[in-house]
Amino acid sequence: MSAAPATPRAPVPPRAASPAARVLAQARWEAGTMLRNGEQVLLTLVLPALVLVGLSRTEVVDLGLAPGERAVDVVAPGVLALAVLSTAFTGQAIATGFDRRSGVLRLLATTPLGRGGLLAGRVLGVLAVEVVQVLVLGAVALAVGWRPDPVGLLPGALLVLVGTAALTALALLLAGVLRAEAVLAVANLVWAALLVGGGVVVPAAALPGAWGALVHVLPSGALGEGLRRASADGSLDVPALLVLAVWAVVAAAAARRWFRWD
Amino acid sequence: MGGPPDGSPSAGAALRVRGLVKRYAGRLAVDGLDLDVAAGSVTALLGPNGAGKTTTVECCLGLRRPDAGSLQVLGTELAEATASADHRAAVGAMLQDGGLPTSARPMRLLRHLARLHARPRDVDVLAERLGIPAFARTSVRRLSGGQRQRLALAAALVGRPRLVFLDEPTAGLDPAARLVVWELVREVVADGAGVLLTTHDLDEAERLAQHVVIVDGGRALATGSPGVLTARSSASVRFTASPGLDLGPLRQALSEDVAVSEPAPGSYVVSGDVDPQVVAGVTSWCAQRGVMPEALSVGRPSLEEVFLDLTGRSLR
Repeated sequence: MSAAPATPRAPVPPRAASPAARVLAQARWEAGTMLRNGEQVLLTLVLPALVLVGLSRTEVVDLGLAPGERAVDVVAPGVLALAVLSTAFTGQAIATGFDRRSGVLRLLATTPLGRGGLLAGRVLGVLAVEVVQVLVLGAVALAVGWRPDPVGLLPGALLVLVGTAALTALALLLAGVLRAEAVLAVANLVWAALLVGGGVVVPAAALPGAWGALVHVLPSGALGEGLRRASADGSLDVPALLVLAVWAVVAAAAARRWFRWD
Repeated sequence: MGGPPDGSPSAGAALRVRGLVKRYAGRLAVDGLDLDVAAGSVTALLGPNGAGKTTTVECCLGLRRPDAGSLQVLGTELAEATASADHRAAVGAMLQDGGLPTSARPMRLLRHLARLHARPRDVDVLAERLGIPAFARTSVRRLSGGQRQRLALAAALVGRPRLVFLDEPTAGLDPAARLVVWELVREVVADGAGVLLTTHDLDEAERLAQHVVIVDGGRALATGSPGVLTARSSASVRFTASPGLDLGPLRQALSEDVAVSEPAPGSYVVSGDVDPQVVAGVTSWCAQRGVMPEALSVGRPSLEEVFLDLTGRSLR
């Protein structure tokens, strides 16, 4: 009953696509997956937009505004920081946790993409979604009266880039060591906690005492405060950038050490 | 040895494993296994659950680090092979856990995987062969087991691999879909690829494989073509009846040139110098004791029976 050995025909030699093509394909896949997922869109666009409009138009939260300072000018950069937190940390942690559980990471590691390409593609995908977030939320913020200093675009972009590195590395660390269900719970809790008291939307100056000082060394607080400075006077908040860089290096090293692929 | 695979069937062994050892927390999962998959052929890895089949496949794919042994994939040492994108492009894997993103839609996923390769198969043609368009707009989490199997197989083959690992490729498929999968595997092999097939379906192994490795406890118990494995066992009389029959009287009733055993509960084998007298002796003994010998057969054993004799266990 056994089959006779086959007479091989001349095969087409397999080759991987170029490294850039592989990473771009994965980035496209990741961004498309995030933007097609209703829960992700809620987390990355709808909730930040609601926070933006709600806090800009009401006084339900004490933002610690200085005399003459408008709520929208404090809230808008904070909401952009919240959007980065949503995509780079919460969304990535949950997606990676469940991909790890269902064996997606293992399967992709055996393809030409490999583990390095997978990570690069994920980070690029996050950045692509962040571009969409900045465009959408920026437009909403401008519509409700945000008037940022245009010079702050470059320092803002730099802070978002380094902040994304730090938050994505933290997301991978979380997703690589905990079970998927635990990642889901912890990532959402952290998002909610940082929204309220992480120096993201509510400025550090409006937070009580020592906690207000401490949030400056959190990645959320550094990103929120840094973006507020860039928006207000166009300058780069160097201490905030350094805080984010340190978080990026430490979290990436920890993720490299403890991340489990299955 | 380090260049990218040229895909030529004359390259010889697609996979060569020697002395593979893998332990989990000190427990041996694979214990010195040797394994070869020739280009243009199927090697079936047969064994009960926990025999070490999946661990072996995972070691060969670089997903687990072996504790000892050497592995060559398409003529290149494993560590070098898994580090090269071109080598990974030459290897296709259908893993037991599937590894398919649950929120993905099948065609979008296949097109994405194809983009990772420079010269992939035509995705539409491959999908059509496996009946994927019928569920193209359903997310992976809502697919049936058989639909997931077909999608996972397409994902493994989309890059035109020279070495394919298929872990239970037809589990959960209906007979018609199973035939399509077998046809596709034969085509891949005809194109010169080597296939390592792990399966519980011995019929599948007998139909597809040129070489069979029976493993249990992480060790190879027997290797050879299905024909050789079945031919090296002597002719036998086999029947099933209620478990735990007292075989002493049957042994006394038969000649000393035959052996009587119950390799699995209720499954009886009379092997050795089997002639018509032995067959008559068995049926006569059954008749005297009111035992109905169901599924009575005489002849050389099937691969399933060889497996049963070697491991004392059924695959299912």
